[in-house]
Amino acid sequence: MSKVLLVGVDCSKCSNRALQYAADRAEVSKVQLIVTHVIDWSPFSFNTPQENEERHKRREAELDRAHKEIIDPIVSELREKSIFARGVIRHGHPAETLSGVAEEFGATNIIIGKTGSSKIKTQLFGSVANTLVQISKVPVTIVP
Amino acid sequence: MQKIKTGHSIALAILLLAASLPAMANDGIDARIDESIRPYADAVAGFIFSSFPVAGVQIPFVLVWLIFAATLFTFYFRFINFRAFKHGFQLVRGDYSDPLAAGEVTHFQALATALSGTVGLGNIAGVAVAVSLGGPGATFWMILAGLLGMSSKFVECTLGVKYRNEYTDGSVSGGPMYYLSKGLAERSEKLKVLGKILAILFAIFCVGGSFGGGNMFQANQSFTQLVSVTGGDASWLADKGWLFGVIVAALVGLVVIGGIQGIARVTSKIVPLMAVIYVTAGVIIIIMNLTEVPAAFASIISGAFSAEGIAGGVVGVLFQGFKRAAFSNEAGIGSAAIAHSAVKTSRPVTEGFVALYEPFIDTVVVCTITALVIIITGTWNPSVDPSQGVALTSAAFESNISWFPWVLTVAVLLFAFSTMISWSYYGLKAWTYLFGESLITDVVYKLLFLFFIVVGSSMQLGSVIDFSDAMIFAMAFPNILGIYFLLPVVRKELDEYWSDYKAGKLKKFGKAANRA
Repeated sequence: MSKVLLVGVDCSKCSNRALQYAADRAEVSKVQLIVTHVIDWSPFSFNTPQENEERHKRREAELDRAHKEIIDPIVSELREKSIFARGVIRHGHPAETLSGVAEEFGATNIIIGKTGSSKIKTQLFGSVANTLVQISKVPVTIVP
Repeated sequence: MQKIKTGHSIALAILLLAASLPAMANDGIDARIDESIRPYADAVAGFIFSSFPVAGVQIPFVLVWLIFAATLFTFYFRFINFRAFKHGFQLVRGDYSDPLAAGEVTHFQALATALSGTVGLGNIAGVAVAVSLGGPGATFWMILAGLLGMSSKFVECTLGVKYRNEYTDGSVSGGPMYYLSKGLAERSEKLKVLGKILAILFAIFCVGGSFGGGNMFQANQSFTQLVSVTGGDASWLADKGWLFGVIVAALVGLVVIGGIQGIARVTSKIVPLMAVIYVTAGVIIIIMNLTEVPAAFASIISGAFSAEGIAGGVVGVLFQGFKRAAFSNEAGIGSAAIAHSAVKTSRPVTEGFVALYEPFIDTVVVCTITALVIIITGTWNPSVDPSQGVALTSAAFESNISWFPWVLTVAVLLFAFSTMISWSYYGLKAWTYLFGESLITDVVYKLLFLFFIVVGSSMQLGSVIDFSDAMIFAMAFPNILGIYFLLPVVRKELDEYWSDYKAGKLKKFGKAANRA
């Protein structure tokens, strides 16, 4: 039975540790690793007409940047270690999107790092990790 | 390099504006600007509002034109304004949005952007004028015009998306200029010429409308409100309309010429909040006076059909209601089609369904709340000077919530600002359609736009309102005439889509898919 792991990366130091943890586990158990980056975006935002006109162009640029600067280097590094890695980039609410991608690829575990934001900020706005723990249908591993 | 250039052009814009004000002599600038512009404004307004007498009232032809079209569209599309209402909501909610298109312009975003261009002073000042001149009964006709206007928006926005231009870099540009020229060309060789003429006419009026209702009216009314909360005629600001104009022009200039999108972005986030505060305050006042509500509705209904003491009787009431509704929600005018065209969809008709919500929210909800507050508080009074649009609404809110005029002032300033940003965009699209896209044509338009902000703040309301109305309503002539030829196109799109929808062939995504 082939298992799939999902790791969320946002290029911070924390997610590097999460990535390391995920890579180690993928290497040991020989499973596929989905490396996911979510570009924070809401379908319910208020924009100016100018922003809307250029939205498609911006989106392409955001995807391109995420590929070149985040996902592609990680995936190729993982593949060098002969880990079966695959990169996924999506726009959306970070926690909801990670959960959705996990479902889409049949991942059995989501691994993410802590964002390290202050207590007050977390109280006010919640954090990706907290939300994910609430909504995910598969076990979530949070790497400190 | 580009940055330096834009920096220069802001400085240039502000300099030009300053220079255009004769020597900064303290008083009399406002009066002089008003005096020199007024004859032209009056002439334009006189022409557009050519009217004919009905039951003793002069009815402008353009109003009949708009209402006839809205009614015809409602019947031709078999009450699309009601039957697609639920589906429109599903689309806005994102039930049919493919997650793979996340990051593109959603239905909600297109609607929100279009709404921020229409929700504004028309809902606050315009309604006050309608109720003052037409009595409570005007509200009835306003709501009816709002409901019919939904069908007009449906047609416009469907066409806007269908015939938009999609450029190689992925940016999109749409609006009546494109559907009139491309759409009619598709029908036949003869119509191609007509389409081109209508498109050019539309673009000219749209530029005019962007200087009028989308600019001068906004500047004028927000200045009036600012003066009235700072002490009325005794206010230090009272005779400094030009100064207010220069400041607003500088701010708008920073956004549209300086490319400081941050200001626009912040405004676009605050404006919905202000709208919610405004509506909430209105609802609170209505609840505070709940016992008066039945009487208010009774006077709305009875006033709609028997108008005592109103100039022009029932026809006069109807005219006031229809006029203010059309000015507020712009259905049939064509402006919204420009904003709606940016949406990401493969089925143009979906944006038409979404656009139904624009006149609904703008007129049926927000305008009605304003009208109820004015009627309940008894602030409306035919003897009240009708040129005091915002001031009247402000007084109505003040009678229940004493500090509200200050909140309203902030709301009015922000609404005006965001409407100006939207209209500068609409106007620029029309302008570049006429003169082509280049840095020079771009800057020329924007400088003119800024100049009119100063003019609008300096003029008396009467001539500003007439000119603004005239320019905005003029857009309806080429727009609706062209739409008549394109109705079968929209019908075909609608029928194909609707049978897919009814047959359950449309794919739902996410939570919506689980619900189904």
